[in-house]
Amino acid sequence: MPNLTIDGLAVGVPEGTTILAAAKQVGIHIPHYCYHTHLSIAGNCRMCLVEVEKFPKLQTACSTVVTEGMVVRTDTEKVRKAVTGVLEFLLIHHPIDCPICDQAGECGLQDYYMVYGLHRSRYALEDKVHKKKVQDIGGQIVLDAERCILCSRCVRFLDEVTGTRELNFFQRGDHSEISIFPGRPLDNNYTGNLADICPVGALTSKDFRFKCRVWLLKGVESICTGCARGCNIAAHFKGDILYRYKPRVNDAVNRAWMCDFGRLEYKKANDARLLAPFVREGGREKSASWGAIVPQVALELSRAVEREGADAVAVIASPQSSNEELYLVRRIAADRLGTKNLAFTHRTPGDGFSDDLLVLADKNPNSRGAKLLGIPDGEAFDALIGKIAAGRIRALLLFGNVLGAFTEGETAGLLSKVPFIAQVGTNTGPVSKAAHAVLPSASFAERGGTFTNHAGRVQRFHAGFPPRGKAKNVIELLCDLANGLGADWTFTGERSVFRALSETETPFRGMTYESVGAFGQEAAR
Amino acid sequence: METVLTTHLADDRYRRIDGYRGSGGYEALRKAVSMPRESIVEEVRKANLRGRGGAGFPAGVKWGFLPKDFSRPRVLVVNADEGEPGTFKDRLILTRGPHLLVEGIAITCYALAIHSAYIYIRGEYVLEARILEEAVAEAYAAGFLGKDLLGSGFDLDVTVHRGAGAYICGEETSTINSLEGKRGWPRLKPPFPASVGAFGLPTLVNNVETLADVPWIVANGGERFAALGCEKNGGTRLVGVSGPVERPGVYELPANVNLRDVIYDIAGGLRGGKPLKAVIPGGSSTPVLRAEEIDVTFDIESMAKIGTMAGTSGVIVIPEGTCMVRALSVLMNFYAHESCGQCSPCREGTGWLRKITGRIEAGEGRPGDVELILDLCDNMMGRTICALADAAAMPAQSFIWKFREEFDRHIAERKCPFGNSF
Repeated sequence: MPNLTIDGLAVGVPEGTTILAAAKQVGIHIPHYCYHTHLSIAGNCRMCLVEVEKFPKLQTACSTVVTEGMVVRTDTEKVRKAVTGVLEFLLIHHPIDCPICDQAGECGLQDYYMVYGLHRSRYALEDKVHKKKVQDIGGQIVLDAERCILCSRCVRFLDEVTGTRELNFFQRGDHSEISIFPGRPLDNNYTGNLADICPVGALTSKDFRFKCRVWLLKGVESICTGCARGCNIAAHFKGDILYRYKPRVNDAVNRAWMCDFGRLEYKKANDARLLAPFVREGGREKSASWGAIVPQVALELSRAVEREGADAVAVIASPQSSNEELYLVRRIAADRLGTKNLAFTHRTPGDGFSDDLLVLADKNPNSRGAKLLGIPDGEAFDALIGKIAAGRIRALLLFGNVLGAFTEGETAGLLSKVPFIAQVGTNTGPVSKAAHAVLPSASFAERGGTFTNHAGRVQRFHAGFPPRGKAKNVIELLCDLANGLGADWTFTGERSVFRALSETETPFRGMTYESVGAFGQEAAR
Repeated sequence: METVLTTHLADDRYRRIDGYRGSGGYEALRKAVSMPRESIVEEVRKANLRGRGGAGFPAGVKWGFLPKDFSRPRVLVVNADEGEPGTFKDRLILTRGPHLLVEGIAITCYALAIHSAYIYIRGEYVLEARILEEAVAEAYAAGFLGKDLLGSGFDLDVTVHRGAGAYICGEETSTINSLEGKRGWPRLKPPFPASVGAFGLPTLVNNVETLADVPWIVANGGERFAALGCEKNGGTRLVGVSGPVERPGVYELPANVNLRDVIYDIAGGLRGGKPLKAVIPGGSSTPVLRAEEIDVTFDIESMAKIGTMAGTSGVIVIPEGTCMVRALSVLMNFYAHESCGQCSPCREGTGWLRKITGRIEAGEGRPGDVELILDLCDNMMGRTICALADAAAMPAQSFIWKFREEFDRHIAERKCPFGNSF
């Protein structure tokens, strides 16, 4: 465990630590472009030069491993001139098109210019080397070769993470540029990460392009709902509109990456939303107030139990729901309705696609959580569908906007056999088109809770903003419904529900939001 | 003077294996395979042989960097990428005495238990590559290479690999990358090639001339080789003289030769008795000397003392009447063209220097341009993975330090005062 001093601060670090990482430990930021925590060391941008005692030349902090007694200085005139000089070199051919660049506001060139630059350009405008702008290189990415500082992060990502190697360097000297090979566009499931790791505006997202200035966005820590991996993400929004996802680092789950499919999942919180409760009477939608619709649903459900018995009532849960919500759903089915007809399915239309990096075939964030909470999948779901098809279910409480992997036509046919269907869902879909009472629920960006990923890791997601329109937080909605069915629940928010379930549910026993923390906690097996 | 390399090079027969053997060729290899490996290494160490590729690193020390355990195969990469402008000494060996190199490779590999050698030869050396390939084939056929060479039980494969014409591929880690089929980018060190080199294996990279010295050292002993040179640099050196001299060419000279004698005695002085203006002593990247500075011993230490380098011993003679701004501009074009583009200061700095020197020469220089060049050089030197940025900055700095008035005149008069000087 070598000890060193950086700008006079003493620090001990594990064997093999680089100067850059050691400096971070004592709160000293060493500027860098090519260095990335989750990629190999390239050492070519030369921004992280520092003075190391006994070394005649400045050393790159990203690649120099700390040795015992090392004395490092990042704050000398020599270092400052070197860093300023490198930054000047990086900027001489830059097109300075910040006003139309999506990276503006989160750009490494802008940020370091404010700290190390602030110089007048010594480079003649007419000497600038021009390169091709706005190149569609495939995937989710647009390349602007003029803005590129040739840090090689993207090239290393495609070599080391996806192994697809679509990008490489072409030409030499100040005509160097990154590019795809002729006719071979980006072809992998992780192209969006290139925009994340690009420290400048060279690789930007086609989806996010020109949508919003980044300083207008707020972010909230969330979990991708696109599959059972549970990639840690930040959801960026303005007002009540989501604009993009960015992966958060969690080495136990997604390292620093997320897939291209998950990256576009945010659109589900924006588009085709159910925003106000309504009932369907005589085939026509009729808006309803929350004050009226919840008691009505409670009445229809309890009436069905009374008249036809508990076996004529069913609940289909959704693996898109949080652990907290599923826990309450199960209790409503078991305690309030007294029915054994409770199941869910992880199947969705067009599911099954997976790869060997992050993408899993199960396109739900919480199938594992549903199972751990005792909600059956598979045969139980098929049996329940059988009962519906046989006309034996007289009242159905259904979560989500699709019914398993059934097509819209199949769903409509099945649901026509049930005299009363109440749906709790966020988006319009085949179910909301058939339901007799539609109770719009908050999206994943508008509510908080926990998901349990495929490996049993319980991870928190947070609300970014209040539910849109008249959509309601599911926990609040479920409490109202349960109390309408005679319960006296007093849960306020997801934390209180998690506290309750962690007392009774073995896999979650003893867990708290604090113990789950920022990186999740594995449920007991 | 006793010569090591050039003794038989005038003889055309020496190019082929029979002629080479007729002059005692491959006897050193025969001797080597009967010696304990350590004693061969010891002879080379005693020979005080310093790398002839330009940096002058002691060859024996470099050999010693290879790991002591033999758990992984090792590789010899022969640097025949001779690309430094003004340098054409290795070419003489490749064309006139290729077996000197082949025998040197065989002895070196035997001594260091290396079973694979790759000769990385520059793309422009088309004829040279052909001659070399022929020599390698002859050596295989004669049993000096391949399986169980000379019945020693030692196997050695030698492959001639042609480069594609990039200066940077002469930098040893670029050579390795290029050899592996990758872009010729220098590697970040550590790890050094001796531990992780070609194909991830411990690798020794040596220059052609360095290896060609080895047979003589084994045949005649390291001490005798050392005695041919000076205290810190054993043996002789091949010196290339170019420019308008009476007898341009490659000469084998003792290390303690005087640079003035190289130009005026050995190369016969400037053509037509023209006065000398400047000398670039060791290949284009070495700092330039003014005419009055050349009375100096042409060895590594003496050259360092006067702020320049012996480098590759490629002496470029510049006569009076040459525009030094134009000369520098030509050099800057070269380095801007050859910068691999990996490190920011070199990629952008070399191109910037090319533009500034170009515009000064064109009469479009701006006040402050000279200071700008010096400041850019300061921002480039020692700031990159390899030495190409330094190789560009050193001539730029020295041309300005030594010939500042010419730069100032170009800017003040808004034209080249020499007219067309080439």
